[in-house]
Amino acid sequence: MQKHKYAIELKDIDKRFGPVYANNKVCLQVEKGSIHGIIGENGAGKSTLMSILYGFYLADSGEIKVFGKQYKFKDSHQAIKSGIGMVHQHFMLVDNFTVLENVILGSEGGALLHEGLTAARKELTRLGEEYGLKVDLDATIDSLSVGSQQRVEILKALYKGAKILILDEPTGVLTPQEAQDLFRIFTALKKEGVTIILITHKLHEILNVTDNVSVMRDGEMVAHRETSSTNREELAQLMVGRKVLFKVDKVKKDIGEVLLKVSNLSVRDKNNTYRLQDVSFDVHAGEIVGIAGVSGNGQGALLESLSGIIPVSEGYIEVLGHRMDSDNLIYPDKLREYGLSHVPEDRQRMGLISEFTASETSIIGYHNDKKINSKVILNNKKVRSNCESLMADFDVRPNDPRLKSESFSGGNQQKLILAREFTRDPKILLIGQPTRGVDIGAIEFIHKRIIAMRDSGKAVLLVSVELEEIMSISDRIVVLCDGQVSGRIDSKDADERTLGLMMANAFNTSDNFEPLTT
Amino acid sequence: MNRNSRINWINRLLLPILNVLTAFIATAFVFVFIDVDPIEATEILLYGAFGYQEGIGYTLYYATNFIFTGLAVAVAFHAGLFNIGGEGQAYIGGLGTSLVILMIDPNTSPLIFISGSILGGLVFGGLWALIPAYLQAYRGSHIVITTIMFNFLASSLMVYLLVNVLRQTGQMTPESQLFPQQSWLPFIHNIAGNIGFVIEESPLNISIFVALFFSILVWIFIWHTRWGYAIRATGLNSTAALYAGIKPKRIIILSMCISGALAGLVGINELAGYQHRLIMDFHFGYGFGGIAVALMGRNHPIGIIIAAILFGILYQGGAELAFEMENISRDIIVVMQALIILFCGALQYMYRPWIIRLLAPIEKEV
Amino acid sequence: MEDLLLTFILTLDAAIRVSTPLILASMAGLFAERSGVVDIGLEGKMLASAFAAASAATILGSPWLGLLAGILVSCALSMLHGFASITHRGDQIVSGVAINILAAGLSIILGLAWFEQGGITPTLTSDERFLSLTLPGVELINNIPLIGTIYREILSGHNIIVYAAFIIVPTVWWIVYRTQFGLRLRAVGENPKAVDTAGLSVNILRYKALLVGGVLCGIAGTYLSVAHNAQFTRDMTAGQGFIALAALIFGKWKPYTVLSACLLFGFLDALAVRLQGVVIPGIGEIPVQLIESTPYLLTVILLAGFIGKAVPPKSVGVPYIKER
Repeated sequence: MQKHKYAIELKDIDKRFGPVYANNKVCLQVEKGSIHGIIGENGAGKSTLMSILYGFYLADSGEIKVFGKQYKFKDSHQAIKSGIGMVHQHFMLVDNFTVLENVILGSEGGALLHEGLTAARKELTRLGEEYGLKVDLDATIDSLSVGSQQRVEILKALYKGAKILILDEPTGVLTPQEAQDLFRIFTALKKEGVTIILITHKLHEILNVTDNVSVMRDGEMVAHRETSSTNREELAQLMVGRKVLFKVDKVKKDIGEVLLKVSNLSVRDKNNTYRLQDVSFDVHAGEIVGIAGVSGNGQGALLESLSGIIPVSEGYIEVLGHRMDSDNLIYPDKLREYGLSHVPEDRQRMGLISEFTASETSIIGYHNDKKINSKVILNNKKVRSNCESLMADFDVRPNDPRLKSESFSGGNQQKLILAREFTRDPKILLIGQPTRGVDIGAIEFIHKRIIAMRDSGKAVLLVSVELEEIMSISDRIVVLCDGQVSGRIDSKDADERTLGLMMANAFNTSDNFEPLTT
Repeated sequence: MNRNSRINWINRLLLPILNVLTAFIATAFVFVFIDVDPIEATEILLYGAFGYQEGIGYTLYYATNFIFTGLAVAVAFHAGLFNIGGEGQAYIGGLGTSLVILMIDPNTSPLIFISGSILGGLVFGGLWALIPAYLQAYRGSHIVITTIMFNFLASSLMVYLLVNVLRQTGQMTPESQLFPQQSWLPFIHNIAGNIGFVIEESPLNISIFVALFFSILVWIFIWHTRWGYAIRATGLNSTAALYAGIKPKRIIILSMCISGALAGLVGINELAGYQHRLIMDFHFGYGFGGIAVALMGRNHPIGIIIAAILFGILYQGGAELAFEMENISRDIIVVMQALIILFCGALQYMYRPWIIRLLAPIEKEV
Repeated sequence: MEDLLLTFILTLDAAIRVSTPLILASMAGLFAERSGVVDIGLEGKMLASAFAAASAATILGSPWLGLLAGILVSCALSMLHGFASITHRGDQIVSGVAINILAAGLSIILGLAWFEQGGITPTLTSDERFLSLTLPGVELINNIPLIGTIYREILSGHNIIVYAAFIIVPTVWWIVYRTQFGLRLRAVGENPKAVDTAGLSVNILRYKALLVGGVLCGIAGTYLSVAHNAQFTRDMTAGQGFIALAALIFGKWKPYTVLSACLLFGFLDALAVRLQGVVIPGIGEIPVQLIESTPYLLTVILLAGFIGKAVPPKSVGVPYIKER
C-alpha cells in the first residue's frame, strides 16, 4: 500500500467574501510528520485558508486532500473525523468548565457523563504524559494561565484523534517562556508522527521551529521553502512584497513644538492582558509620525487610548498640554474640543453609523458644535450644506448628503470620514489605516491631503499596515510589535527589508531562541 | 430605481405592510376557529369605529392613549432600550396628574390646571422610569426585568393609595374625590357644540391635541436636537457613539426618563379628560399596546400616529364586536395586539430574504 | 407558643403549594437561559397551558388528558419562541412579550367561545382534578408531637404535581450536570463557538432546551387550573412567570439554589396572606400590598447587585450567527 507522503494537499483553493478575494488559487502541500509554517501579514489569507481546511468555511472551488483522500468539508465535525484538529487564536473554551469537561465536549462517549469522564481522564493523563502536556484536569479554564489554556486546546484536538494539528498564531498570547514550552511540545508531537501546521507572522518562530515554510500575501500563496535553505531577509521580503511606491512629493519642513507626547504608555484590556506596553514617542507640529507594524500588534489600543476611548493603565499621554493617565480620564468629546481629530482604523465599526445619512455621518463626534446648534435645535440644513461642501472638497461620490452612509463605496466612505476629521482644523490628527479598501485614485488624493495637513503645521500620527504608505508619507517611523516599540527610524533611512525585520521583531535581542534539534 | 432605494422601500413600507397583513390574517384564522365569520366580524368592527359619531369619538379617544405610550416606547427603542414599563409609568403618571389637580386651589384657571396636570404626569412617569434606568446604567441590572417588576409595584402602590389614602371617607369604591370643574379638559363634543357643530357625546377631549403636540416635540427632539442625535447614535452603533464621546450611561437615563414621562401622560386623557377622578386600572393595556404601536409605526411619530389610530379602531371596533356578538369579548383586540407584536417585532424580517430575492436580487457577476 | 408553631407549620405548608408553579416555571427558564435564550414568555406559557389543561380536563373528563393538553400547548408556544428567536434571530424579549399577550387574549377568547361563561372554564369535578394525596402512615404518626403534625401538614396532603415538582428539581440537576445533554447545554449558553467548533449544532441544542422548558411550563400551568384550583380564570398566573424568572436570577441559574429562591418567594407570599390584618405595635397594620410586593422588591434589590452579583450564562440573549 502506498504511503502518502503528504498529510495535506490543497489545490487551487478559491474563496471570496463579497468583493474581497481572501484566497486566490492557493496551493499547499504539507509533508506527513513535519512542522510546516505558513507566514504572512494579517489579511494575507492564512486564517481563511485554515478555516476552510477545518470545515468552518466552504471554499468556492478547489481540492482538499487529507492523507491522500479527497474531502469536501461541510462542517468541522467532518474535518475532525478526517484527523484535523485546530487550535484557534481565540480559544474555543468554556471558561467555567473544567479542563476535562472542555475536552470531552462533543465526544462525551455516551448519554451519561460519568463513564465518559472516567475514560477521558485516563486517556488524557496518558496523552499529557506522552506529549508533555501537563494540565490539572479538574481546574476550571478561567483559573488557568493562558499557556495552560492553550495546552487544553491541544489536548482537545489530540483527544478527538487529530493527526494533523493546525495552530493559528499560537504565541500571540504567550510569554517567551511559555512559547518555548510550546515548541518543546511540538518536538514531542512530531516524534509521535503528528503533522503540525503553524500559522504565524513571526519570522524567528518559522526559522527555529519549522521544517518547511509557505508564504502568503494578499490572498495568494507566493512561495514555498525548506526552512533550512532560507533566511530572515528572504522571508521578510516575500512576506511584505515589492509594491509600487507612491512617491509623494514632500518638502522638508521645519517642525514645531511637541503637540502629542506619549510617555511609557501601557494599556491593559479587561482580561488584564497588555495590549500596549511601555510605549513612548512624540509628535511635533508639522511632522508625520508613522506607526508601522503587522495588524493586531497594539495599534488599535494606541489609537483608542490616544483618542480617549479607552483608559490609560500605566504611563501618560499629553495632548496639547492636557494630561491623560490612569487617574485623569479625558473623553473623546473633550479631546476634540482641544483640537484632536481621529480617523479610526475600522470605519464600519467606529467611524460610521451605517443607517445614518452622509449628512448625519459628517458630524459624528461634533454634534455638540456651537456652529450647528442653536440653544436647542440642531440645524440639519446647515449640516447638510456643510456636508455638501465637504463632499465636493474631498470628491466624495455621489455628492448626496441624504444618502445613507452604507450606500457609499468603501473609498467614498473613507473620504467622507477624512473630510469630517480634516476640515475641523485640528491641531493633532490621529489617522488609522486611511486607505484600507480604497481604490488607487483615491489613495493618491488622500495622501496629498495628509501631507497638506502636515505642511500647515498639524501634528499627524499615521497608523498603517501598508508599508509603502508609511514610508512615502511619514517623516519618522516607529514600529510596533506585540504592543511594544520594536524599532525607530527616520523614513529617509528606511527600506522594506529593515522595516519588515522590525515588524517581525527580528532586532529585539530579548527573543533569542535556541534552534530546535530535530 | 437602483437597488439601494428599492431595498429602502422594501424595508420602510413593504415589509411592515406585509407583517401587519400577516397579523390580520392570523387573527382571521382565530375568528374562524371560534366559528365567527371574519368578514362579518371585520364589518362590525369597522362600523363600530367609523359608522357613527360616537364611535369615531371613542376611536380617537383610545388613539390618544396609544400615541402617548407609542411615543414612549419609540424614544426608548431609539436608544436601543426596550421599555416594557409603560404600564407602570402610565399608572404612576396618572397619580402625578391627579395629585397636582387635587392640591391646586379649585378656583385656579384651567390653563394652570392643564399645565400642572401635564407636568405632574411627565414628572411622575419619568421618575417611575428613573430607578430602573439608573440600575441598568450603573449596576447593569436588566432593564426589562426591573421595569416589569416596577409595573407590579405600581399596581400594588396604587391599590394601597386608592384604598387607604385617596379614597373618600365613607365611600366603598377605591377612587379619589372628583376633580374640580376647572381642571376638566374640555370635551371635543362640547367645543364643537359651542361653535355650532352638534356631534354625539364621546370621551374624546383636547388631550388628542396634547398628544399631537407631543408627537411634534418628539419628532423635533429625536431628529433635530443634539440629544436626539446622541440617542440615535447610541441605539444604532454604540461603538461609534463611544468614539463620538457620547456617554452611554447618560443616554440610558435620559431616554428612559423621557420615555416614562411620555407614558405618564395617559392620565391627561383618561383622568383629566374623561374620568375626572383617579380610578383603579385606568391605564390598563395601554402600556403594552404602546409596544405594538411603536413596532408598527417603526418608531417614527407619523407611523405611531397612524398605528395609534389603527389601534383606536381596533379597540373601539372590538368593543362594538363584543357588544354585537355574544361570546366575543374585547380580548380579541389583545390577541391582535400580540400578533402584531409578533409579526412586526420578533418576526419583522421573516419575509425579507424572499422579498429581496424577488424584487431586488443581486446581479450575478459574469 | 403552640399556636405560633402551628401557624408557622401551616404557613410552610401553604408555601409549598404556592412555590410549586414557581419551581416548575423557573426550571423551564433555567433550561432556556442556560442554553443562551431569554425566555420572558414563561408567564404566557403557563397561562396558556392552564387554560388548555382546564379545558381538556372538563371536556375529556380526565386530569391526565388535561396535563397532556397543557404540555402540548406550552411546547407549541416554546417552538414559536424558538422559531422567532433561533431561526429568525429575532429579538427574544419582543418574542416573549408577544407570547405573553397572545396567551392572555387567546385564553379568554377561546374560553368564551367554548364555554360561554365569561372567560372562565367550568368548575372541574373531583374526578377531573388532581386531588391531594394522603401519604401512608399519617394516622400512625399523627400522635407523635411535632413530627406528626409536620408529617400530616407539610409532607402529606399535597397533590401529585407538587410531589413531582420536588422530584423534578433533582432530576433537572442530574440532567444538567451529569448527562451529555446537560454538558452541551451549559456549553452553548457560555460559548456557542466552542460548541460549533466541536462539531455540534447550536440551534438544535437550543430548540431542545426550549422544548424541555415547554414541558415544564405545561406542568406548571396545569397545576394552577387543574390541581391547585378547579378551573381557569382570567390572568390566573398573576405574574408568577416573572417571579419565576426573578427566582432564577436570585438562584444564579443553579437548580437547588433556584429551588430555595422559589421556596423563599412562596413562603413570603404565604406569610402575606397570614399577616393580613395583623397589627404591629407602633406602626399599625402592615399594608397587605407591601407584603404582596415583596417578591418584586426583592427582585429589584437583587438585580441592583446588593445581594451578590448575578452572573448569567455568557451568551444569553445573543442570537448565534455563524460566519459562513
